[in-house]
Amino acid sequence: MNLLLDVRDLSKNFNDFEAVKNLYFTVNEGDVYGFLGQNGAGKSTTLRMLLKLIKPTKGEICFSGKKIEEGDNTILKQTGAIIERPDMYKYLSAYDNLYIFAKMSGIKVSRSLLMDQLEMVGLADRCKDNVKTYSQGMKQRLGIAIALVHSPKLIILDEPTNGLDPQGIADMRNLILRLSREMGKTVIVSSHLLNEIELIANRMIIINKGEKIIEGNVAELLDPANTLVEINTIDNKDTIRKIQETKWASLQETAQKNIRLRMNRKDVPEMISNLASMDVNILSVQPRHSLEDYFLSLTNNDTHVEPFTN
Amino acid sequence: MWSLLQIELYKISKRPRTYISFIAIAGIVLIIQAAFKADPGYLNILMQNVGDTFEVDKSKVINGYFMCYMILNTLLIQVPILVALVAGDAISGEANMGTLRLLLTKPISRTKIIGIKFLASIIYTVGLLVFMALLALFLSMAIFGVDDLLVFRAKADESQILQITKDDIMWRYLAAFAYAAVALTVIAALALFLSVFAENSIGPIVATVCIVIICTIISNLNIPIIDKNIKPWLFTSYLVGWKGFFYIAIDEDNVPIRGSMENWPAIRNSLFILLAHIAVLFGASVWFFKRKDILT
Repeated sequence: MNLLLDVRDLSKNFNDFEAVKNLYFTVNEGDVYGFLGQNGAGKSTTLRMLLKLIKPTKGEICFSGKKIEEGDNTILKQTGAIIERPDMYKYLSAYDNLYIFAKMSGIKVSRSLLMDQLEMVGLADRCKDNVKTYSQGMKQRLGIAIALVHSPKLIILDEPTNGLDPQGIADMRNLILRLSREMGKTVIVSSHLLNEIELIANRMIIINKGEKIIEGNVAELLDPANTLVEINTIDNKDTIRKIQETKWASLQETAQKNIRLRMNRKDVPEMISNLASMDVNILSVQPRHSLEDYFLSLTNNDTHVEPFTN
Repeated sequence: MWSLLQIELYKISKRPRTYISFIAIAGIVLIIQAAFKADPGYLNILMQNVGDTFEVDKSKVINGYFMCYMILNTLLIQVPILVALVAGDAISGEANMGTLRLLLTKPISRTKIIGIKFLASIIYTVGLLVFMALLALFLSMAIFGVDDLLVFRAKADESQILQITKDDIMWRYLAAFAYAAVALTVIAALALFLSVFAENSIGPIVATVCIVIICTIISNLNIPIIDKNIKPWLFTSYLVGWKGFFYIAIDEDNVPIRGSMENWPAIRNSLFILLAHIAVLFGASVWFFKRKDILT
């Protein structure tokens, strides 16, 4: 895999607030790279720095092995992006919007090229309608067409499923997979719908409060040997005491309401039978391995609103 | 560059607010023309100040050239507001729609983007003036005919009537419209500058209008210290400099000299000052826009 993007020591301060702190990450050609973090973690700020919308306080960005200097638009020529919302000129048609941004991308624009793009995102039939009449999903698809029209190497999608209905989310997921697998594009996707990332990304980074927490291969990070098991019993305090007497004691994690054990998935049945033999009244055992659990555990489960309990 | 300018003009042409200015100008001009056509007696109102001093054949005063001069006197004070409607929306409107971030992810330098927007604002301004010329000058000529132009002028404590022969007028109008285009471009540059900092277009439009009003008031104050130290630097002191093209020079026998102007150096200096304002405001717009973090 060739290295496409190499970000080194990237930081951004807004006055005294450090939005992004000393961030390092790499994206290889062909990656679907998940960019994960809670709201306010610094995802959008980082992506905007890649797109030169925000000037970094320090650090450097290398694209295709070349350091991007101020005034150098190489990365923009090779990148298509949707940042946050797919905003466009609502008083113009989809065709006009696509024409405008295709021209601005510096490519030779033809009607057939534009119609092919609109066909690809399923908007050819409505291409003459003003964008103000479009649903959020249609705008998102038009945004994708705009991002792809100049055939970029890298596509940056910041929260692409925001505001979409379940069908729209599924369509977006399929589109991203097509971009990667059929068209060989490199895609960076940020989202707070972490299960979506889990389904499409092959590599990912998790950032929290502007700092990198972990970066790596999704399959490795979701290794079954690292499964988080959530246990609920009639008397959790008593169960925790009993667990201390077993070989599972060292695997226990701090949890607010439930008992959590980090263990190999294949050991779960043995652990259940051990607890049962100690007269623990188990209500539920949930082996959780999704990226969301992983993400929440790594970011210390920062809870802003206490969960509602009946 | 040309295709980007075409795109910008296309976007402007598709926005309803663009046409507010044209409708407003057409409305005002047509009302004035209709009123004078219906009752030329309205001229008495305009001649109150000079009526006691001069004997004037009022039937000869009203013609196409005179109507245009009067309309320009009335309208060129208001047009800055109309220019601000479009120029003040140039960057802030994109920020408000959310299209600014999409625009800036395209491989075009920010200097070029703001330059094209400024150029489009200038073309819009010139378009407004051409439209005004068509209505105020050529339509008036068609309705009221052509004859010599009488210009009523209050100079210091005295009133003055200048007569310009009809074969010596058209170039003056062309020059006056060209001067007005430069003066209004200052307003466009100011609105664009304010637009760089805003995330909706109302702010820069209102701020531009307020600045023009405040500076106009200061420009009209007759306080020696302001006359000497502030007025020379205010662009509003030069907005009505186009009138200088109609202040014809007169010889020792008080006969107007065809093709002359009373004070060309003053007009030239006014133009330089206006151009300097444009350069400073546009330069500042580019400087700040290039460094602006796009957070919308």
